[in-house]
Amino acid sequence: MSREEVIRIHHLSKTFGKNVVLRDIDFSVCAGDVTCIIGASGSGKSTLLRCLNLLETPTTGEVYFHGQDITKNGIDEAAYRSKVGMVFQSFNLFNNMTVLDNCMIGQIKVLKKKKAQARESALSFLEKVGMAPYINAKPRQLSGGQKQRVAIARALAMEPELLLFDEPTSALDPQMVGEVLDVMKKLAQEGLTMIIVTHEMAFARDVSSHVVFMSDGVIAEEGKPDQIFNHPRNPKTTEFLSRFMRG
Amino acid sequence: MPQDFLGRIWYILDNNWMSFLTGAVNTMIIAIVSTLIGCVIGFAVGLVQTIPLNKKDNPLKKGVLYLVRLILNIYVEVFRGTPMMAQAMFIYFGSSAVFGINMSMWFAAFFIVSINTGAYMAETVRGGILSIDPGQTEGAKAIGMNHVQTMTYVILPQALRNIMPQIGNNLVINIKDTCVLSTIGIVELTYTTRSVSGALYTYFEAFSIAMVIYFILTFACSRLLRMWEKRMDGSDNYDLATTDTLAHTSGLYKYTGREEERD
Repeated sequence: MSREEVIRIHHLSKTFGKNVVLRDIDFSVCAGDVTCIIGASGSGKSTLLRCLNLLETPTTGEVYFHGQDITKNGIDEAAYRSKVGMVFQSFNLFNNMTVLDNCMIGQIKVLKKKKAQARESALSFLEKVGMAPYINAKPRQLSGGQKQRVAIARALAMEPELLLFDEPTSALDPQMVGEVLDVMKKLAQEGLTMIIVTHEMAFARDVSSHVVFMSDGVIAEEGKPDQIFNHPRNPKTTEFLSRFMRG
Repeated sequence: MPQDFLGRIWYILDNNWMSFLTGAVNTMIIAIVSTLIGCVIGFAVGLVQTIPLNKKDNPLKKGVLYLVRLILNIYVEVFRGTPMMAQAMFIYFGSSAVFGINMSMWFAAFFIVSINTGAYMAETVRGGILSIDPGQTEGAKAIGMNHVQTMTYVILPQALRNIMPQIGNNLVINIKDTCVLSTIGIVELTYTTRSVSGALYTYFEAFSIAMVIYFILTFACSRLLRMWEKRMDGSDNYDLATTDTLAHTSGLYKYTGREEERD
């Protein structure tokens, strides 16, 4: 397959003080890929994702977006971020705006779209995540699952080339997890390029095209979901998965 | 002059109501205008204090910012740390004696109260900005907003809401503290009360009136601001928007009891 490479991480490391969180990470994602990053808490998954969006500055190494190194000085970080969406564990919806405004503000202020046009596209994405009836609600009036679906619509409204999910279902109860995962599944089927940090193993197994297993700040193993989940080569992967699959 | 307390109060009011009114109006003008200017100063200083610095930023920007912050810190500490009455004397009489600057009394009044309020507001605004969940900033950054956009559309509206009680506090304090301006000759409420009481040696009565007026002014302001806060919070409810007007979203249907009537 010769699909275009969207993002490539090259020898990326991140340290907080003396604490090494990520060590020499290398991997790449092509257009249409759904990559799931799994691993124990504290293994550096979220930090890796935040480095991709420059919410954390990598200590060493490069991140190439369509071949351009975005960790260099003089890169317009805001412009880069407008092409790479992010969905957070704690939703981070703007508390001072309604659901609709949350999905319009970026289009109007960053993409400089006309208001009517922004509204139309915001509505269509809210429709897609099943939140269209709630356009007038404020985030504080919504449940966790509803907030996360709005957050996904907000990210989609920027029409990103790549969408990052940082444990999108970890703060939700099982029923809400289902409604958010359904939306994500739909996006995967439509061919959106996604990188998902998750603890939902069944989702990673069924939906992703590529799985990365991280342990202690390094990529311990990566491959097709079938290979990782059914024929893991690294004993650490076996051990990690056995804990999840037992229940 | 009447012999009983209430009679004397009535007598003073009857003869001097115009003075009290002028004093109260001047007090309110200085307090409101200076609080507004002070808020602007406070927001400006608070914003500069919270500009994030990145390792990648060029040294010139870092240097300039460091210097500006140093000056602003000195401003805040000096004006917070010295009495406003001393500042009023120092600035109004001092500037004409030493530098030959003759500022008008009114300009001096607005200047002194504004700059004091600004010094307090600077720290309040900084606190207000820091109190907003960092997730809000990250959410804004993640959709490609720059620092100015993030501040303007996401952080400041929320910070403003959070510091509204403190702005009200400052207004109330300013209404009372304008009394120190009587030392430089501003005809505000305390000044007029002193003239009235001095003329007839009726300190107790005149200042009773002044205190009641002060209390009415501050209480009215704090209630008005509380109402404004409520309006900022907006409605607790929201309407569900359905594209299909024939379909009732569950929970919206109002039972009218008409079916029973039909039976």
